[in-house]
Amino acid sequence: MSILRVQDLTKTYQSGGRTLTVLDKVNFELQPGDTFSIVGPSGSGKTTLLGLCAGLDRASSGSVYLNDIRLDHLGEDERAAVRNQYVGFIFQNFQLLPTLTALENVMVPLELRGEKGVRRTAQELLDRVGLGQRGHHYPTQLSGGEQQRVSLARAFANRPKILFADEPTGNLDTDTSAKVVDLIFELNREAGTTLVLVTHDLELASRTGRIIRIKGGVVVSDTVTARENVWQGRE
Amino acid sequence: MDRPIPKIIVPKASPFDPWLWTLAWRDSRRSRRRLFLFMSSIVLGIAALVAINSFGDNLARSIDEQAKELVGADLVVSSGKEFAPDMYRFLRGVGLERSYETAFPSMIFFPKTQDTRLAQVKAVSGKFPYYGTWEAKPANSVKAFREGNQAKKPVAMVDDALLTQFNIRPGDSVKVGNVSFLIVGRSVKIPGETAVTATVAPSVYIPQQFLPETGLLQRGSRATYRIYYLFNKGANVDQFAKSVEPKLDKAGINYDTVSERKRDTGRAFEDLTKFLNLVAFVALLLGCVGVASAVHLYVKEKIAPVAVLRCIGVSGKQAFLIYLIQTTLMGLLGAILGAILGSAVQLLLPEVFADFLPVKVSLAISWISVLQGIGIGLLITIAFALLPLLVIRKVSPLRTLRTSYEEDVTGPDPLQWGIYGLIGLFITGFAYLQTHDWKVALGFTVGLLVAFAILTGLGRLLMVLVRKFFPVSWSYVWRQGLSNLYRPQNQTLILVISIGLGTFLIATLYLTQTLLLGRVQLSASGRQPNMVLFDIQTTQKEGVSQLVQQYKMPIIQNVPVVTMRLAAINGRPVEAIQKDTAAKIPDWALTREYRVTYRDTLIGSEKIDQGKLQKMESPTDTARISIEKGYLQRLKLKIGDKLTFNVQGALIPTIVGSAREVDWNRVQTNFLVVFPNGVLEQAPQFHVLMTRVDSAGHSAAFQRALVTRFPNVSAIDLGLILRTIDEILGKVSFVIRFMALFSIITGLLVLGSSVVISKYQRMQESVLLRTLGASQRQILYINLVEYLLLGLLAAFSGIILSIAGSWALAHFVFETPFTPDVIPLLAVAATVTGITILIGLFNSREVLVRPPLEVLRAEA
Ligand SMILES: Nc1ncnc2c1ncn2[C@@H]1O[C@H](COP(=O)(O)OP(=O)(O)OP(=O)(O)O)[C@@H](O)[C@H]1O
Ligand SMILES: [Mg+2]
Repeated sequence: MSILRVQDLTKTYQSGGRTLTVLDKVNFELQPGDTFSIVGPSGSGKTTLLGLCAGLDRASSGSVYLNDIRLDHLGEDERAAVRNQYVGFIFQNFQLLPTLTALENVMVPLELRGEKGVRRTAQELLDRVGLGQRGHHYPTQLSGGEQQRVSLARAFANRPKILFADEPTGNLDTDTSAKVVDLIFELNREAGTTLVLVTHDLELASRTGRIIRIKGGVVVSDTVTARENVWQGRE
Repeated sequence: MDRPIPKIIVPKASPFDPWLWTLAWRDSRRSRRRLFLFMSSIVLGIAALVAINSFGDNLARSIDEQAKELVGADLVVSSGKEFAPDMYRFLRGVGLERSYETAFPSMIFFPKTQDTRLAQVKAVSGKFPYYGTWEAKPANSVKAFREGNQAKKPVAMVDDALLTQFNIRPGDSVKVGNVSFLIVGRSVKIPGETAVTATVAPSVYIPQQFLPETGLLQRGSRATYRIYYLFNKGANVDQFAKSVEPKLDKAGINYDTVSERKRDTGRAFEDLTKFLNLVAFVALLLGCVGVASAVHLYVKEKIAPVAVLRCIGVSGKQAFLIYLIQTTLMGLLGAILGAILGSAVQLLLPEVFADFLPVKVSLAISWISVLQGIGIGLLITIAFALLPLLVIRKVSPLRTLRTSYEEDVTGPDPLQWGIYGLIGLFITGFAYLQTHDWKVALGFTVGLLVAFAILTGLGRLLMVLVRKFFPVSWSYVWRQGLSNLYRPQNQTLILVISIGLGTFLIATLYLTQTLLLGRVQLSASGRQPNMVLFDIQTTQKEGVSQLVQQYKMPIIQNVPVVTMRLAAINGRPVEAIQKDTAAKIPDWALTREYRVTYRDTLIGSEKIDQGKLQKMESPTDTARISIEKGYLQRLKLKIGDKLTFNVQGALIPTIVGSAREVDWNRVQTNFLVVFPNGVLEQAPQFHVLMTRVDSAGHSAAFQRALVTRFPNVSAIDLGLILRTIDEILGKVSFVIRFMALFSIITGLLVLGSSVVISKYQRMQESVLLRTLGASQRQILYINLVEYLLLGLLAAFSGIILSIAGSWALAHFVFETPFTPDVIPLLAVAATVTGITILIGLFNSREVLVRPPLEVLRAEA
C-alpha cells in the first residue's frame, strides 16, 4: 500500500502554437511516513509536480494515486474533499487568510469537516507551534516566521496523511528557517505524516529520506538517504 | 491494490450551513465598512422606490377617504349646451338640494388698475360645495358671497393668484361683461380643483342671476352648464345615475358621481406614480451597476484567499456561498436603510406634488411598499452582484502556488448568460407591472440597454484612443493621469456609465422642456399671429375689425365658426353606429361638437391630399365638404361618403369631396371640417379673428378698448399662454427633477465608492511616487487630470446621448425641428465634471496629506 503513487506523469502547456513539456513521464511511489524532497533548478517543474500530486491541477497524461484514490478521475469538488481529508499544505508565502485571526485560520480545516471542539484543538496546535498567546492576531500583525508557524498549525489541523510544502523557508531568514524546519520535522514525526518537500536548499533536502532531482521536467536522479539522517540533522 | 478504495465525502454546499455563515461573518470583519459602501449605492434607488410607492398608497387611501370632497357633491351633470326645457324640468326634480353653475371663458376687467385678462367666469347659485370646504380668504368671504348672492347684490369671488398678479384686493371691483361686481374674497381652493387647473383657467365666481345682465352669453357662445346635487344620506346615487344614463346620453349630457371620480382620479395618480416608479427604478439600476463593479473589485481581491480555501478543501460552491452570503446581508442592510430613508422622503412628497393633488394626503408608513422596496431592491442587487461573484466558483487552487496564474475561467460561463437573461427579464417584468404594456416595457428595457451599451462603448473607445494615441511628449503629470484611465483596475467604464446616465437624465429633461416651450415660442415670433379674438357675433364683426385696424393691427384671419353635430354617416344614424361594435369608430368622434368654417379656398397651413375643393354650383347642390386627412382615416371614411350634420336642429346633407393635410403646428384657425361658401351663411355662428400685437402695453390698451366696446368678445394673448405653459411645465419638471435627483446622487455615490475602493491601489502607487521624489502637488495634478478626463467624458457622453434622444423625440413625436441650446448644456457638463473632480480629490486627499509610511501600515 502506498500513500502517493505517480505513474508516467506528464504535463504540457500549449503556448503560442507550440507545445511546452514541463513534466515528462515522472514515476515514483511513497509509503506512509516517508519524507521526500524534490529538488532541481528554477523552472524545472517542481511546483508543477507538487500541484499535480496534491490534486490542484490536472495532468496531461499519466496518473496520480493519493491514498489509492485516482485523482485524475475526480471532479474539482471531489479533489477538494480529498485534500480536506488527507492533505496538508505549507506555502512559500504562507497563504494565511488575511481576514481571519491566527486561531480562526487554524480552525478552518476542522470546521470544514464539521468537527466538534474545534477551538480547543486549534488552540492546542497553536500552543504546539509556540503561538498560544497570538491566536487573536491577524496575519498582518505577525512576522513572517510566525505566519509560517500558524500555517504549519493549520496544515496539521486535519491530521493529514500527507503534507506538501513548496519552498516553506523561501521567504524566511536563516535563523527563522531553521526553527520552522525543525518544527516541520517534529510535527511530522509525531503525526507520522508523509512529507513532500520542494526546495532549492540541498541541506534541507538531505534531511529527508529520499531526494529526487528533476531537470527540464525529467527525473535525473532518485537517491535514498539514510532515514536516520532526519533525526541526525537535529543534533 | 486490493484494499478498498477510501470513500470520498464531498461536503454538501448548503446555504444553511452555519459554518459558511460564520466564515462569511469573520471574513467580513475587516472589510465591513467597504462592503457597506458598495451597498450604499442602492440605498437611494430603493428609497426613491419606497417613497413613491408609499406616497401612492397613502394618496390612494386619502382619495378613498376624501372621495366626496373630490367632487363636492353626490352627483354632477354637465352639458356643453343649455338644457332643453323638459330635461331641465326633470333635472330640477332630482336630489335633495341643487347648485347651478354656468361656466364660460370671458374677458374680465379690473377698473382700479385698468387690467384685463381672460378668465373662467362661473355664474353660480346654491350651496355648492356640499362636501369639503371652499377655501377662501378672508375666511368668512364665502358666507358673504352667498349672502350677497341671495340678496341679489353684485358680489364676486376671484381666484387668489389672479388677484395677486394684478395687485387687486377684496373690496375692489371687477367688471364682467356689462356688470361691475364687488370682490368679497379670494378663492383659494374649491373641491375638484387643483392648483394646476387654477393656473390654466383662473376662476371668477358671480351670482347666477346677473348672468343675463352681463350680456356675455349669446347664441353660439361656448359655455358649460352644470348642476351639482346633494342626495339624501344613504341614497344609491350610482344606481340612480345608471338608470338615467341612456336618457342623459341622448341629450349629450355627461354626469359624474363620487365613485366615478374616485376611480378616475385614482387611476390618474396610479399612472403618475407608476411613471415615477420607473424613474426611481433607473436610479436603483444605476446603483446596481455600481454594486456590480464594486463587487467585481472585491472579488478580485478575494481570489487569493479563495484559492487557499480551495487548497484546504472548501468546494467551489461553498466558497461562492460565503461571498454570496456577505453581499446578500449587506444588500439587505442597504435595502432596509433605503426603505427607512424612503419612508422619510415620503414626507417631502406632498410638497413636491402640492400643485397636482386633489386631496389632502395623510401620511403613514406603508408596510407593503416597504416590503416591496426591500424585496425588489434585494433581488436585483443580488442578481447584479452574482455576475462578478460567479468567478469565485472557478478559482483554481493552483493560484496558491503560482501568483501569476491568469485565467480561472475557460470560455464564457453559461450561468453568466443565464443571469443576464434573468436581469433583463426582471427589468422588463418590473416595467410591465408599472405600465401594463409589453411594448412599453420592452422599449424601456431596450432603451436602457442601448444607453448602457452606448456609454460602455464610449468608455471603451476612450481607453483605446488614449492608449493608441498616447501623447508621449506631454508632461509627466499628464501622461500619468492619462494612463490611469486604462491601467488595470481602472474605474473608467463604471464611472462613464453611472455619471453619463445621470447626466443623460438631467439633460434630456431640460431639452424636452425647452423643446415644448420652443414649439410655442416659435409660433409667437415673426409675422405669425399672436392674438386670437373669438366669440365675435355676426353683428359685431365689422366693429371689431375696425377696432383692430384703429389700433394699427393687421387682420391676419377672420373666419366664421358654426357648431354642429354629426347625425348620420351614409344614411346610418350615429346612434346605430355607436351600438355597432364592429364599426370600430371611436365614440367621441361620433358625439363631439364640431366647429366648422366655410370658405372656397385653402389657407397657408393646408394642402389637398385627395379629391379637390369644390364650390357650390347651385344653391340646391349637396355641399361637397373637405375633411382633415387623419380624421378621415379615423372615421373610416372615403371620398364620396355621405355625412349628415345637425346644425342647431336643422339637418344638412353633405358629401366628402376632398381630404386636406393640415399643419397643426402653425398658429392658424385650423378645422377638421370645411364647408363651401353658400351653405352655412344663415346658420347661428360666431367669428374668430387673428391678429398680431407687438408690445405688451399695446396689447393691454387694445384689450381695454375691446372689453369696453365688446364685452362678450374674448382675447387670447399667446404671450399669456406661453407663460401658463411655462408655469405648468415648470411644475411638472420639478417633480421629475426631484426624481432624477435620486439617480444623480446615486451616480455620485457610485463615483465616491469606486474611488474609495481603488484607494488602496492608488495609495501604494502615490506612496511609491512620493518615495521616488514626486511632490504632493504633482500627485494632486495627476489625480486632477484623471478625474477631469473621466468627468468630461461621462458628462459629454450623457449629453450626446440626450441630444440624440431629444432629437428623436422632436423628430418623431413632436415633428418639429430641433436645435439644442448649447450654453446650458455646457453648463451641465461643467457642473458634472466639477463635481466629479471634487469627489475624486476629496477621497484621495488622504494619500496626499499622510506620511507615506503611515499610509502603508494602516492599509496593510
Ligand atoms: N500556465 C503555464 N503556461 C505555460 N507554461 C507554464 C505555465 N505554468 C508553468 N509553466 C512553465 O512550466 C515550467 C515549470 O514551472 P514550475 O513552476 O513548475 O518550475 P519550478 O521548478 O517550480 O521553478 P522555481 O524553482 O522557480 O519555482 C516553467 O518553465 C514555467 O514557465
Ligand atoms: Mg516553484
